[in-house]
Amino acid sequence: MGEFRLDGNAAAGPLREVFSFEVTTAQYSCVGCGRTDRLGAAMVYEVRQLGTIVRCPSCDNPLIRLAHNREGYLVDLRGTRYLTTG
Amino acid sequence: MSGGFFSRGFRGRRRPVEQGTQLPPGQYLVEGFPVLSAGPTPRTPLEEEWDFSIIGEVDEPRRWTWKEFQALPSEEITRDIHCVTKWSKLGTRWEGVSVDTLLEGVETAAEFVMAFCDGGYTTNMPLEEVIGGKAWVAYAYEGEPLEPEHGGPVRLLVPHLYFWKSAKWVRGLRLLNHDEPGFWESLGYHNHGDPWREQRYWGD
Ligand SMILES: [Zn+2]
Repeated sequence: MGEFRLDGNAAAGPLREVFSFEVTTAQYSCVGCGRTDRLGAAMVYEVRQLGTIVRCPSCDNPLIRLAHNREGYLVDLRGTRYLTTG
Repeated sequence: MSGGFFSRGFRGRRRPVEQGTQLPPGQYLVEGFPVLSAGPTPRTPLEEEWDFSIIGEVDEPRRWTWKEFQALPSEEITRDIHCVTKWSKLGTRWEGVSVDTLLEGVETAAEFVMAFCDGGYTTNMPLEEVIGGKAWVAYAYEGEPLEPEHGGPVRLLVPHLYFWKSAKWVRGLRLLNHDEPGFWESLGYHNHGDPWREQRYWGD
């Protein structure tokens, strides 16, 4: 029985470190066109209280979609292949 | 209310907002027309590229060029509109083609529809929410061609649901056998979006 499973709390340490990254200098890779660039150089659409949409400057693919409702924030990263934090 | 001393009946040409008109819960009135865009405003060349299509679970896809679309029977529509960001606007006047007209003769067993747009925006609804005189594809607003920032050349108009369902720059309807969340519906906003039941977010 080599399997070693822990619950999500076990990842709290590394995740906390990763998710407190400097956003503007982090690099994204776009699912739409493969462009890799700094997040700070992407295009941002603030949709009046509805949400914030960060789009790839090459292909307009939404890299990050962020909405807030009464529960809190909802972040959708399906347009980002990966993020590299510095 | 009795009239008499408090009557407002002859106060000129204000819209009858004071009495008889109710706003859905949590909404407030605006006079202007706020612009909400989640991306760049597309400008698809009308004559060369633009079309409107009905695709998906249909016997045969339908497609109209801009010229053909404009030749379809149109209707004048006056409705109140309600945005999930809480503004409402009363008595907006539109002109466009009823979705009933577009679906005439289309054979389908689909129960859902996904509106798709230039720029990649989508929004989903049960098919029954867009038939029976409840939804239009509008190309004029207050007697003028619909401006690009408000969704021109055409936008979907589904005034009985929150206004994000009235997709700007709509290019067609995809009929589906199963439901699928659209752009905002997959980002925490309510799948159905009935303003009178205040269906703003998931779980409402
Ligand atoms: Zn891209």
